[in-house]
Order: sequence, then structure tokens, then C-alpha cells
Amino acid sequence: MNDAIRMSAATIARRVNAGDISAREITEATLVHVDAVGDRVGAYLTRLDELARRCADAVDRRVAQGEQLPLAGVPVALKDNLCLTDSRTTCGSKILEHWVAPYTATAVQRIMSNGGVPIGKANMDEFAMGSSCENSALGVTRNPYDPSRVPGGSSGGSAAAVAAYEAAIGLGSDTGGSIREPGAFCNVIGFKPTYGRVSRYGLIAFASSLDQIGPLARTVEDAALAYDAIAGYDPRDSTSVRRSVDLARDVRLTDLKGLRIGIVKEFATSKLGAEIDALYARAYGDLERLGAEIVEISLPTADYGVATYYLIAPAECSSNLARFDGVRYGLRVEGDDVGTMYERTRAAGFGPEVKRRVLIGTYALSSGYYDAYYVRAQKARTMFAQDFERAFASCDLIASPAASSPAFTFNAKSDPYSMYMMDYYTIPVSLAGLPALSVPCGYVTPGDGDRPMPMGLQLAAPLFQEARLLAAARAYEEGTQHAVQVTPALERVNA
Amino acid sequence: MSSYEAVIGIECHVELITRTKMFCGCPNEFGGEPNTKICPVCLALPGALPVANKGAIEHMISAGLAFGASVPSFSKFDRKNYFYPDMPKNYQISQYDMPLTVGGVVEYWLPDGTIKHCRLTRIHLEEDTGKSMHAGGGDGRIAGSAYSLVDFNRAGVPLMECVSEPDLRSADEAVAYLEALKRTFVRLGVSDVKMEEGSLRCDANVSIRPAGSTELGTKAEIKNMNSFRSVHRAVESEISRQIDLVESGGRVVQETRGWDEVQGVTHPMRSKEEAHDYRYFPDPDLVPLEIDAGLVETLRTRIPELPPARFVRYHREYGIDPKQATQLIENLLLAEFFEQCVEVSGNPQQSVNFVLGELSRLANETHMPVPSSPVTPKGVAELIELVEANTINSKIAKELIVRMWNGEESPKDIVERESLAQTSDASAIEAFVDEVIAANPQAVEEYKRGKTNILGFLTGQVMKASRGKANPELVGELLKKKLS
Repeated sequence: MNDAIRMSAATIARRVNAGDISAREITEATLVHVDAVGDRVGAYLTRLDELARRCADAVDRRVAQGEQLPLAGVPVALKDNLCLTDSRTTCGSKILEHWVAPYTATAVQRIMSNGGVPIGKANMDEFAMGSSCENSALGVTRNPYDPSRVPGGSSGGSAAAVAAYEAAIGLGSDTGGSIREPGAFCNVIGFKPTYGRVSRYGLIAFASSLDQIGPLARTVEDAALAYDAIAGYDPRDSTSVRRSVDLARDVRLTDLKGLRIGIVKEFATSKLGAEIDALYARAYGDLERLGAEIVEISLPTADYGVATYYLIAPAECSSNLARFDGVRYGLRVEGDDVGTMYERTRAAGFGPEVKRRVLIGTYALSSGYYDAYYVRAQKARTMFAQDFERAFASCDLIASPAASSPAFTFNAKSDPYSMYMMDYYTIPVSLAGLPALSVPCGYVTPGDGDRPMPMGLQLAAPLFQEARLLAAARAYEEGTQHAVQVTPALERVNA
Repeated sequence: MSSYEAVIGIECHVELITRTKMFCGCPNEFGGEPNTKICPVCLALPGALPVANKGAIEHMISAGLAFGASVPSFSKFDRKNYFYPDMPKNYQISQYDMPLTVGGVVEYWLPDGTIKHCRLTRIHLEEDTGKSMHAGGGDGRIAGSAYSLVDFNRAGVPLMECVSEPDLRSADEAVAYLEALKRTFVRLGVSDVKMEEGSLRCDANVSIRPAGSTELGTKAEIKNMNSFRSVHRAVESEISRQIDLVESGGRVVQETRGWDEVQGVTHPMRSKEEAHDYRYFPDPDLVPLEIDAGLVETLRTRIPELPPARFVRYHREYGIDPKQATQLIENLLLAEFFEQCVEVSGNPQQSVNFVLGELSRLANETHMPVPSSPVTPKGVAELIELVEANTINSKIAKELIVRMWNGEESPKDIVERESLAQTSDASAIEAFVDEVIAANPQAVEEYKRGKTNILGFLTGQVMKASRGKANPELVGELLKKKLS
């Protein structure tokens, strides 16, 4: 394996800007590696080789003219719900299998104008609904740490691509945990900024009030670099926040002294099994060892997070996905009249999980049920936000598991509810709109496996405190060095 | 028939005049090649997001303020979910429970000048749909057509929905109400209200009840009316349908009915049970609107005198008849010219006669608006003074106005210079009278045999002989005296 692809995004950018290596060389090395890895990971649904070369050459020209680009030459995996002009953008769905986007998402545009090079469109659970990538209708993605296991989801392709060195940075989207959980499963940083920090323009919507684009990266510094590039107000997204962004890459902490980190009383990890319980006890101990003051906090409503989320997100998705009707683009299955055409198109185009959520959401919004379900869920959502606000009065960050288990084997979670519970710890944070990330915190060997699988620590911060959150995560990362202790299984295969 | 009273409420949709569409940057213009005014947002491509048009929101607030509506400080957009091929997102961005303006009263007038009032429930903002066309047989109807085409140029055009209370009692009132709305929106500049281009569309809720009752009967909602005339016909037809139904022992059911312009009847479209469940919920793509009180006040100060108030002033203060007052209100520039004439002359009735009479005729002939012609309000006022003082008769007045239209200035100067003042000098007129009697023995004979209406002809001959200057009243008197 070429050394170039092991470099962090920060190193690549520094060396490309310095003229040590060209963006084109990085790109070619990456493309060769993506070929070599191939289906053993299956991170990408669509390769963007030609575009990647064009972008790399453009970066090299800009650098030659004296520009310094924060992401110069950095290979990027784009989750396939992000639009990119002239590229197939499928959302992991049959209904968009052949749809080519005629415009580019703001976040993708910003990555590219900062020097990033898109390598491919990464696999995902269909319409970002799922926690394992198994709901993709278009491909299988495997966990680089154990190919018999899932990469997590829904941004599983982006996480796997970054873990397998098929990109230095992945862009994902997180609605209830879709960046943080695959980040944890694949031993990378998964960072969801505050709702509204990153423009959603060009992100194919799942649940508009929760969806947020964020980076996956092998180091916190890289996640910060990507975040700096994509964050900021966009006039094309009226929910994007008009508020200045502190450059997260410049905020450094050498330790956690002076930080109060809250451990949630209601999130007792003993129910996750002794090994996991011990792992998080060590993680919290490490935080303390690094100088943080550990305080116990309470989120009394957190246990209702999953139930609340599975009313709001399906309600919004039932409406957001109505546009996939066979009339203007995407799959069309003909029928004798327009109603039959709609029914056949949507029956053939959507997978079971998408249909389940559209049905739940349609029901929750129906006349007679709206007040009992949707309105109450929105009230509960306000309570989560208030709970967190109260909790942050006595702490600066909140630590918890990022997922309920390490990556599981394919078909292990055939019951939708057990899959939904994977996001038990990330959902309340999403409902409150807070910035949060998962950072590698060690390994456990699952009972049904023989390899150590990575686990993630979720750190959540008050609204708009991304810079401080990333700085703390970086101090933890540097003080523990968990991510580099185990290398992906794929590398052993490759060697 | 007289034992029933109709109760009517109107919901009307008005396309707003804005540079761009409601939620994207596409031009808001009527027509054009199909699907040329579209973008990812108004075509609802995956990932596209709406951004609200500030100009449309300001238009809405102005419209509400014009009718004395209140403008809540907080408003929001909701999604109205239903599938239709010309609606790109399969939901319409609309406003459900927090419209931009609430309440208000529309003052309107009937053709006889009666002033009426109709309360507004609300005005809310939404987006228009595209247009479906059915082709390959079926004469443009969906039944029998082989396929359908959709033009999305109109999709996303800002649409104001104005909902009235059931305060209207007849088809005449319904149309007069709509006329007042239309004139007000045009005067405000928020819409051009061209029904033929579909920029105003309306539905009527019609019910009947025993005269004197205060309870509301079961209503039918009438759709598909595409002109004020068809609103009038449809409402009349629906009122008699309901009366006939009740008289014959039937009951009105709550339903939506379509107006058939050709047959002249309404027919059932869907019953209450078949009504859509729109699953309204707040649109998470659009942040709630916080309406700044300062903006509302600024917009309030910009509202001009509106047509209903102008009508009341013309009709009640100036004493102008309702038809003429209405005609003036139709044309703002003409009305302003008229008011300048009144200001200088102090004579509203003569002013309106000239403005709507000779001046409008000349404007039509020459395709030049009255205010752009060389005729000045001062000139018109001089003319009025000359007529009122009996200095000139109406025939001369007409001649003078043509000359003024062609650039000659003061009518007083012309009259003086060319000695056009009518003569009331009895001896001078007598000479002309004698001359005419002598020249028309046959007519004189007929008159004497009792054919008195020949007097008109003889008067005309005298006027002609005097080159129009004789006072026609005096001529008549003298003729009668001589011939008796």
C-alpha cells in the first residue's frame, strides 16, 4: 500500500500546498487503492475517477499559482445522498438508481473549492434510513475491521471508505446517529455539527428538521479541517444559521483541565454487558486522567428519544419522499392511469424500511392522530432540548456510548426495533440539535466473533460549541491513541 | 323563492406580482415555452430547498392592511400533502393555522351604489402548481386522452389565498365583492388579477336558509369558475338548485361541485367523505416568519387611497352616479385627471361628463391616454366655465375639446378670438329664424298641421345658419312663437 493514502488530510493538504507532492499523485494512488480494495469493502456505489483527476489537476494549478487550500488534494468520499453535478446520485435506492444530479450540494461545492477531491459516491442505507447499510438497494458494504460485519449506517459507505484508506475524509449525513454510529463501528471520527451549521442544500432529505451533514475522518484534526470547509450560512438553505464559525482546526487543547464532562445517570452501560461496561468505565476514567472533572448529570426524558424520533422522522420523510412519484425523474413503472403509475413506481422503487417509515409517518400526520402523535412528539422534543440545557448548566460536554454495541454481523438485526435501538444514545442529542461526535475509545471482541471491534465514545456539546467539542476530542484522541492500536482487517489481507 | 336567503363565502387565489417565484429565483412571468422557467427548487429535484420570497410576504401584508386585517408578529409555512402530477413535491407549501394576516373587512359597492361590507377570515400565502395538459384525444380532457404533459413554469408562483366570511347574500354581491378585491389588489400593485391568465381563481361556498334565520345551512363548495360572469351564473344556478332540492323535500349535502360553463349547471365532484386528508404540518425546511412591527408600519404608510374609499368619495361627496364613479375607478390615471379637473373647476358632474365622454372617446380613437394628451385640467375647467355660463353651447364645446386635444390651449382664448360665444341676442336670432321659416315652407306647413316634432329640424337649420352660436333654447322659443 502506497504511503500517500495513509496520510491524514492535514498532512496531504500541507504537502500539496508545499509542492512536495501533487494532488494528482494522491488521487492516482487513491484510485489504485480503491481498485485493490474493491468489493472486499464495497464502500462506493459510483466511482468518480475522471472528475477526481480533473479536480486534482485544478488543485495543482491553483497551488502552482500560489493559492493555499485547506483541503488541497484531499481525497473525499461523498455519501450518495449528496448531489454532485453530472454524477449519479442514488440515495441507495432503486427509485434513483439512474438519476444524475444536475446541480451540486453546497457542502460538496465547499469541499471542492477548498481543494478536496471527490473520489466516489459512497453507499448508504436507502434514503439514510438504517444503521447498518443493509438497507441499501444497490450494494453491500463491509466493515473494514471484519468483513462479516456491517460498517454501520446510514453513512456506512463513507465511514468504511475512510477506515479502509479509500478516502481521507468522508462526508456523511446524520439524522439520528447516521454519522456517529458508523464512525464508531469503523474506528473513525464521526462528527455531526449543530443543526443548521452546514447547509442542507443538495442533501436529499430524510427528515429535514434533523438532517445534518458532517465529516468522517481518521483524526479529529481532519474532521475539524473538513468542518471548517463546509460550515457556514448558505442563502439557499433558510434553516442554515447566520452565525460566524470559529475555525475549529486552530482550537487546540493539550489536556482536558478545567472541563466538566457530564456522564448521564440514565445511560448506565451495565445493561450493555460487562465488557462494554468496563470499556466505558475506562473511557470516562481516561477523561478524568486527562484533567476533566467528571460530573453526573440527568436526562430524565432521554429514554423517550427513540419513540419520539420514530414519529418525527417518519412524519417528515413521508412528505419528503412524496416527490418520488415517477412523473419528473427517477424510476417510473407505467400504469393505466396516473394513480396506478404512482403505486407501481413506489412499490418497485422503495425498499421495505422506507415503506415502513412512510407508512408510520403518514399515519402519524393523519387527521385524528396528528395531535396524539406528531404534536406530542414535538412537545417531547422541546423537553429534550430543555433537559440538555439544564444538564449543560453543570457541565461543558456530555460523554456517553456512541452506539449500543460494536458492529454486528449481517442480518443480525432483522427486527426493526432492535436496529432502532442502536441509536439510543445518539437520538436524544439529534432531537436537541446539538453538535456531537464519536471518537474511537477502544475495542471489544464480540461473542460471535474473533476480532477486536472498535467502539466509539460520543461527546456532545451545547449548540454551536463545535470548536471546543473538537478540541476536547482531539485531546482525548492524543491522550489515548485508541484508533491506531488495531489496523483494519483489510490491510492484513492486502499485505 | 323569496322565503330563502342565500349565504355565500368566497375563497379566492390571486397570483402575486413579484420578480421571482415564491421559493426560488426563477422569473415569475406568465406563459413562455413550457418548462423554461424552472430550476431544481420549483421542479422539486431531490435535495433542493425552498427559500421564502420577502417581496411576496410584503405584498401579503400590504393586502391585509388594505382591509384593516391584523398582522400577527409570528407566522409560519405548512405543508399540504396530496399527490397531483402538476404539483412537483406532492405537497404544497401553504399556511395552515398561522396565516400572515387575520380578519379585516372588504368594503364593496353594488351597481346601484349601495355600499356593503364582507368580513375576511384570513389571507395566507402559498405556491401555485404547474399546469397539466391532456393530449392524444379526449379534447383536452383527461378522460379519453392518451397521455398528459405538465408545464412547470407556473409551479412555485406566489399565490395569495383570500378567504371571506359567509357575509355575501347574492350572486350580485359575490361579484361586486370580487370586483372590489380585484380593484384593490391592482391599486396596491400586488397582483394584475388577470382572470384570463389564471392570476385570479375562486371557489364559492354556497348554502341557503329560511329568510330571517341566523343559522348556517349545509354548504356546497363550487369550483371551476373562470370569470366573474361564470361566478355570477354558477352562484345563481347553485342557489336555485338548492332551493329546488329543499322545496321538493330533499336535503343539501356537503360536497364539492364543479361549475359546467356549457351546461350552465353545477355537478358533484366529491363528497365530504371523499375529501382529502391533507396531513398539514409545519414545513421543516422554512424557518417561522417573525414579522417586524416596523416593517408593518412602513407598509401601512405606503397604502394609497383604495378603490372602495374612492368610490364612496365620488359617489357620496361628489354626487356622481355609481356607474360613472365605477368607470373612473377602473382607470387610476384618468381618475386622477378627473380629480384635478374637479379641483380647478369645482364642478364634479361636468368634469366627469367631459372626462368619461368626449375625452375618453378621443383617447380611444387616438390610442392616447387622456392625461398624456395636451388637454389640461385647467383647459377642461375653462370649458366647464364657458358651458355653465351659457357662453357656448354643447356643440361648440365638443368642437373646442377636439381642438384642445390637437394642441390648442385656452378654450377661453379660442372663443374670444373666433367670436364663438353663443348669442342670446333675440333680435340677431330672430333674423336667422325668419330666414329659415322663409326657406322651408313645406316644413312650416307640416308643423302647422300638427307635426310638431319637425321643430327639431327647423331648430337645427337655425343653429346651422348661426354657425352654431345661437342659444338653442332661445331658438326653440322664437320658432314656436313665430309659427303659432
